[in-house]
Amino acid sequence: MSTPTAILAGFQAKRRATRSRTLKPWYKNGSLVAGMIIVGALVLMAILAPIIAPYDPIQQNLTNTLQAPSTSHLLGTDKYGRDVLSRLIWGARVNLRIGFLAVLIPFVFGSILGGLAGYFGGWLDAIVMRVVDVFFAFPFYVMVIVLVFILGSGEASIYLAIAAVSWVSYAKIVRGEVIVAKKQDYVVGARLGGMSHGRVLVRHIGPNVLSQAIIYGMSDIVMDIMAVVTLGYLGLGIAPPTAEWGSMILDGQEFITTLWQQATIPGLIVVVTSLGVSFLGDGLSDLLSPDRRK
Amino acid sequence: MTESPLLSVTDLVLGVKRSKGSTVIVDGVSFDVATGNRFGIVGESGSGKSMSLRAIANLLPAGVNVMSGSIKYNGEELVGMNRVKRRRLMGPEIAMIFQEPMTALNPVMRVGDQIAEGPRRYLGLSRKAAMELAVSMMARTGIPDPAKRALAYPHQLSGGLRQRIMIAMAISCRPKLILCDEPTTALDVTVQHQVLRLLEELCDDFGASLVFVTHDLAVVNQTCRDLAVMYAGRMVETGAVKDVFRDPRHPYTKGLLDSAPDFDQPGRALVPIPGFPPNLAHRENACSFAPRCPFVQERCLEGAPVLERVEDGRESACFFSDEIFKKVRV
Amino acid sequence: MSPDTSILRVSNVTKTYHLGNALLEKFSKNPESNSALTALDGIDLQLRKGEILALVGESGSGKSTLAKILVGSVAASTGEIQYQGSPMPARRGKDVTRRIQMVFQDPYSSLNPRMSVGAVLSELLLLHKIVPRREVRAESIRLLNRVGMEEDALDAYPSQFSGGQRQRIAIARALAVRPDVLIADEPVSALDVSVQATILELFTTLRDELGLSILFVAHNLAVVQHLSQRVAVMYLGRIVEVADTAEIFSNPRHPYTRALIESIPRMTAEGANDGIVLEGEPPSPFNIPAGCRFNPRCSFAQVACTLTDPALMPVGPTHESACIRADELPIFSSIPIHQEEL
Repeated sequence: MSTPTAILAGFQAKRRATRSRTLKPWYKNGSLVAGMIIVGALVLMAILAPIIAPYDPIQQNLTNTLQAPSTSHLLGTDKYGRDVLSRLIWGARVNLRIGFLAVLIPFVFGSILGGLAGYFGGWLDAIVMRVVDVFFAFPFYVMVIVLVFILGSGEASIYLAIAAVSWVSYAKIVRGEVIVAKKQDYVVGARLGGMSHGRVLVRHIGPNVLSQAIIYGMSDIVMDIMAVVTLGYLGLGIAPPTAEWGSMILDGQEFITTLWQQATIPGLIVVVTSLGVSFLGDGLSDLLSPDRRK
Repeated sequence: MTESPLLSVTDLVLGVKRSKGSTVIVDGVSFDVATGNRFGIVGESGSGKSMSLRAIANLLPAGVNVMSGSIKYNGEELVGMNRVKRRRLMGPEIAMIFQEPMTALNPVMRVGDQIAEGPRRYLGLSRKAAMELAVSMMARTGIPDPAKRALAYPHQLSGGLRQRIMIAMAISCRPKLILCDEPTTALDVTVQHQVLRLLEELCDDFGASLVFVTHDLAVVNQTCRDLAVMYAGRMVETGAVKDVFRDPRHPYTKGLLDSAPDFDQPGRALVPIPGFPPNLAHRENACSFAPRCPFVQERCLEGAPVLERVEDGRESACFFSDEIFKKVRV
Repeated sequence: MSPDTSILRVSNVTKTYHLGNALLEKFSKNPESNSALTALDGIDLQLRKGEILALVGESGSGKSTLAKILVGSVAASTGEIQYQGSPMPARRGKDVTRRIQMVFQDPYSSLNPRMSVGAVLSELLLLHKIVPRREVRAESIRLLNRVGMEEDALDAYPSQFSGGQRQRIAIARALAVRPDVLIADEPVSALDVSVQATILELFTTLRDELGLSILFVAHNLAVVQHLSQRVAVMYLGRIVEVADTAEIFSNPRHPYTRALIESIPRMTAEGANDGIVLEGEPPSPFNIPAGCRFNPRCSFAQVACTLTDPALMPVGPTHESACIRADELPIFSSIPIHQEEL
């Protein structure tokens, strides 16, 4: 008869193999994959615009205006005779660029300010949060439209307007998360390890609180793309003749009864983009939650 | 003919549905609780002791289901019983006391009203009569100044007082069966002592039966007459508390007793149980305790032992119980 | 007691929290309204080199506050803490902080979920230059082995471990900076019984092999009796009794200690406690009773107890009690072990 130790040796080898419970692989995350496919396709379309777009998006052809879809112009032409499909493809460049870039500044600025306010508290927290409250009191669109109106149209002022308005959300989110995190024992433990406040905040608290901000950032991208489209629709956004989805909807609107594609297709692509980014955000939030073992 | 027990759980199997099949978290638990008995279920986290208790009270968390088995209360089958009918049992017949009273009490309702709610609904008392009953129940659980405390909200009371409110709530309809899920774990020793004495007294006075789930062996010894030891979702030993503690018949029970500090034996070295409890999602057809058992044999890995009588009123789920503990079965 | 045997000496430490709005209070009609919470009220205590001193008491007794003051994460309102004979500065530098480390109660919140075990250990080893960079990995493995873990834990994250293993990792983290004193705040109360024993054993090993001095904050007296050499009992922000472990459990000289001992749930039928030993609950620390703070619950209380607030006085060679009737208390007889031996 073998000894208990020998009997258990085989058992333990098996146990060791199963000890580290496996994480769900990212590719089994449905919304993440769907989001990556949709957003990936749109980004690819934007990057490859010069190659895949059949025509120059701003080249007018006044002899060939308001064509219905045909083999030479798949989505027809607009009132200046520009190819709608080409404008749609080129528009992805502007809309996606602004959507993604516009979240960066408020994300960084808001997170830093919120992190410091939450961690140190006191008067710093009081001041930051009062400012946040003031900004929060105004609706997002009202603020952005007013700011763009004041700053004048153009990409730079869109970035500035969105940054000025949306940093408050990041500040609020990160501050709340930091206040929870700083009471955790691991933060006290890090301080007892002789680490400076800065190090604790950046290395120990940071990675634990940023995921919420990143997830919010994804929904913010959707909001920013919508804002650009709205501004374009209101004639406040990117100056014509640059191809941009919002202004395409505006331009197509007057022919909605005859050439419905001109307003509807850009509208649809905005919806698809928003859906893709939302899926991505959903998937990321699943991926980033610290305890994702099954 | 013996009278049927107040509570009879037979071959209860609880499972969690997963995308591929389901994980069995409680596997074939059976026990009877006679009227007036105090029955303890001991086990460590993940042993399935709380889930078994919650199944009796129909308070299983979402996703956990009774897969098979029977729970009979007073001869009536609870599994599959009409929802309304079963809910009517909770309160006047069966009551439950939780570990953390703060989460079990309604934070925006005065505690007196919370206690009075049951008697009003089930005993048909008027508002005034129910309130009087509530105050007297609070006095009965040793709450000082009960009339004034009845007007307080849960957050205004200490942990010990909140636990007493829960007990007052549980006994207000004079239930015949009280289910306790670690009711003293969050309390200080002095308060724990008071609460345990109180539960005992109330059971004796009202003739109620108790099912007491805990991880604390000493608390079971203080409170219960019979017990079941659970490990990895299965019962491994049952018997009278005093017999099991003096003379365990399952290696796990022995391990538990050896690893727990005993105030009356200060010099005794504590012997931990090596290893970890098994992952229930990958259950093998073997004794669940085998990987941690100092007495393991080949046979332990070839099939799961079931509870067998080792002595009158005692059962153990170990193939080698007699050899290990040097007993001759009569 | 010669002072050089103590590694930590706490002298007359108090901690008062002022809650509520200070400005509002100034204009409040009732100047007596008390929003000051006295968590610690004149603590004198020494931790001797190489001992495990247990600090016991009910919740709200201030034992966790004292632990936090000792590690420096909370500042005392008044009083002094001496470390190896010299006073601790109010703001501790990296090197002083390192000397006194803490092990927390909840191993689920005491480890950073996003840092691997190896990253946690190597960060501390590098920051304090405990070992040269190239030896960091070897030292990390040595630390893990010291707490009974294997090398393969280095690359794993806290969520991959059980509660007991996490507590081992937390202890390894505390040991990484080579402290002299370990403050353990209820380190086993969140763990399963079968795992508790291994962690308790680990504390004993650390004391024996590394010469660590350990302050063990606990509420489970059976655990305390098994582990510690000395016991200090706290009640409402005061230490009411200190003695060697065997002495305090066989001959408690404070009524509160007696009540605590009589409340311990027992493992044998013979030892089972019957009858209520202590009525009521600790009074609010906002409103500490006059005289001896234990008098409203004390079955030995006399009129004198409501008038004088007793200080901790020697009642034996290694025994101090804060009870004016310490010498008059009846012989304590709740020790079944003696009955068994007889």
